Amino acid sequence: MAYANLMLGGLFQAAVLFLVASGLQLVFGVQKIINLACGSFYALGAYFGITVMVYFLQSGWPIWMFLPILIGAGAVIGLIGVPLELLLRPVYRRNESYQLLLTFGLLLMFQDVFRYFWGSVPLSVDSRLYGAYGTIQGMGLHVPVYNILVILSSILIAAALGLGLSRTRIGRIVRATAENRNMAEAIGVNSATIFTIVFTLGCVLGTIGGALVIPTSAASLTMAAELVVEAFAVVVIGGLGSMRGALVGAIIVGLLRSVAVALFPETEILAIYLVVVAVLLFRPAGLFGKSAA
Amino acid sequence: MTAVLTQLHVAPPVVQRKGKRAGLWPFLALIGGLAALPLFLAPYSLVLMVPVIAFGIALLGMNLLFGYTGMLSFGHSIFLAVGAYAAAVATSKMGVVHLELVLLLACAAGAVLALAVGALCVRYTHIFFGMLTLAFGMLCHSFLFKFYNLTGGDQGMRVLRPSLLGISWEGGATSFLSGPFYYYCLALYIGLGLVMWRVVQSPFGLHLKAIRENEVKASYVGVRVYRMRLCAFVISGVYGSVAGALMAVTTGLADPEIAYWTQSGNLIFMMVLGGSGSFSGPAIGALLFALLHDALVTTTEYWRFLLGAILVSIVIFMPQGVVGTVANVYARMKQRGSA
Repeated sequence: MAYANLMLGGLFQAAVLFLVASGLQLVFGVQKIINLACGSFYALGAYFGITVMVYFLQSGWPIWMFLPILIGAGAVIGLIGVPLELLLRPVYRRNESYQLLLTFGLLLMFQDVFRYFWGSVPLSVDSRLYGAYGTIQGMGLHVPVYNILVILSSILIAAALGLGLSRTRIGRIVRATAENRNMAEAIGVNSATIFTIVFTLGCVLGTIGGALVIPTSAASLTMAAELVVEAFAVVVIGGLGSMRGALVGAIIVGLLRSVAVALFPETEILAIYLVVVAVLLFRPAGLFGKSAA
Repeated sequence: MTAVLTQLHVAPPVVQRKGKRAGLWPFLALIGGLAALPLFLAPYSLVLMVPVIAFGIALLGMNLLFGYTGMLSFGHSIFLAVGAYAAAVATSKMGVVHLELVLLLACAAGAVLALAVGALCVRYTHIFFGMLTLAFGMLCHSFLFKFYNLTGGDQGMRVLRPSLLGISWEGGATSFLSGPFYYYCLALYIGLGLVMWRVVQSPFGLHLKAIRENEVKASYVGVRVYRMRLCAFVISGVYGSVAGALMAVTTGLADPEIAYWTQSGNLIFMMVLGGSGSFSGPAIGALLFALLHDALVTTTEYWRFLLGAILVSIVIFMPQGVVGTVANVYARMKQRGSA
C-alpha cells in the first residue's frame, strides 16, 4: 500500500507538471519559442496565490471555497502574458538562440520581481488549507483530498484544452498557425492575435500550476529555475510541441520522481535526467514529437 | 556567361586580405588593458578580474561552438565544473602541487568528457543540441550535488594553492591571486587566445563556418560534418575546463553551483553581450559582464532585474553585441568619410 501512496504523490506532481509543460508545449508548438520563463510564471502563480490566500483567510469566507479561488487567482495573474508577448515579437523570425536568451533574461528579471514584492524568505500558506478537504483513509491508504482535487482539476483542464484545440474554431486556427504561419496568414488569420492568445494561455497554465502547489509546499526564489529543469525533462521525454507528450512526460517524470525520492533519495533529478538522456539518444524527437532537426 | 563566372571567381580575395587580422585587434587591446591594470587597481579589485580572464578563456571555446559552428550549448558549465573538480581532486586528493600538471589533468578530464558527451550530442543541431547539452549539464550538477561521499555535495571540495612554474608562493591569498597568479592567467589567456585565432583561421575553422552556413551543402563538398563538430566540441570543452580550474584556484573551492544551468546561461549572456559574430566579442563580453555585474551589485539589491533587462534589450536591439555594433557604426562612419 505504500506504493499506492507513492503513486498518488507522483500523480499529484505530474498533474502540476503537466499544466506547466502543456503551456510550454503550446507556446513552442505555435510560436516555436522555448520559453525558459515558464518557471517564472509558475513561481509567479505560487507567490500571487499566497497573497490571495492571505486575504482569503482573513475574509471569513467558507474555507472549502479556497481551491476555486486559488485557480482563479492563478488565471488572473497569468494575464501578464499579454504585455510580455509584445517583448517577444521582435525575435520571432530570428535564430532560436536569441529567443532562448530573451526568455532567460525574463527569468532573471522575474527573480528580482519576486524578491521585491515577496522578499527572499520562502513563503508558505496556512497549513489549514491543505487539510481543508480532509483525507481519505482506509486499506492502508492515506490520501489528502486536496491532492485528488488537484489531479482532477488538471485532468479537466487537459480535457478542455484538448477539446478546445481539436473541436473549436479558434483551436483550428491555432493549429493551422502552428502548422504553417505564412499559409495561415495568407488565408486571413491574424497571427499576431493568435500569438498573443497562445502565449497568454501558456502563461495562465503555468501560473495555475504554480498556484496549485502552494498548499503543499513553500514558494521560494529558486523554484523558477528548478521547475524549468523538470518541465524541460517532461517536454523532452514527451516530444516538443506535443500535448499528448506533455501528459505522458509529466506522468513519467512525476512518478519517477516520487519513486526515486522514496527509494533512492540521492538519485532524484539524476534519475529523471538519465531517462531524458536515454530518450534523446534513442528517440531524439521524444515519445510523441515530430522529427528532430 | 563564362565571363560572369570568372569575374565572380576573381573578385573576393582583395576584400578579405585587407581585414585579415582586424578581428584579433580588440582581443589584443583587451589583453593589453588587463596587463596594465595592476598599475591602477588595488590588489583586491585585481582579484575580481581573474574571473574575467577565466570566463574569457571559456568563452573563446564556446564561441568556436556557437559563433563559428552555429551550435548553442546550454550546458557548457559542465566543463567549468569538470575543470574545477579536477583541480580539487588533483590538489587536495592526489597531492599534485604544480598548476601546470593540474591544468593538464583538467584538460584531459575535459577532453574525455567532451568526447563522450559530444559524440552523443553533436548529431543534433539547434534546439535539440541545446536541450541535450542542458540535460547533460543537469545530470552533472545533480551528480555533484547528491553524491556527497565522492564530491562533498553542496559543501564542494577544497582546492589547495598550487605552485606556479615550480615555485610555491607563501603569503596571503590576495597577494598570491593579484600577483603571480594574475599574470599566469593572463599569459595563459594570451596563449590560448592566439591558438584559438589560429584554429579559426585554419582550414578546420573554415570547415566549421561552412557547416554553420549550410550543413547539407558543406557535406556535399566533402566536409565531414560530424567529425568537425565533435572536434569543435572537444576543443571548446578543453577551454572550458581550463577556465574552470583557474576559477576554482581563485575561489579555493569547487562547488556544484558552477554546473547549474543558469551558469551556462550567464556564459551565453557574456557571449552575446560582447557579440558572438566576432572573434574578440565574447572576450570583451566577459569584461563587460563583470563590470556591469559589479556596478549593479554595488548600487542596488535588485541587480538581477537590471541584468535581465539589459540582456532582453541587447537581444532585441543589438543582436550583434557591443563589438558587432561598434564595428558596424565604425564601418558606416568610414564609408561616409570616404564618400
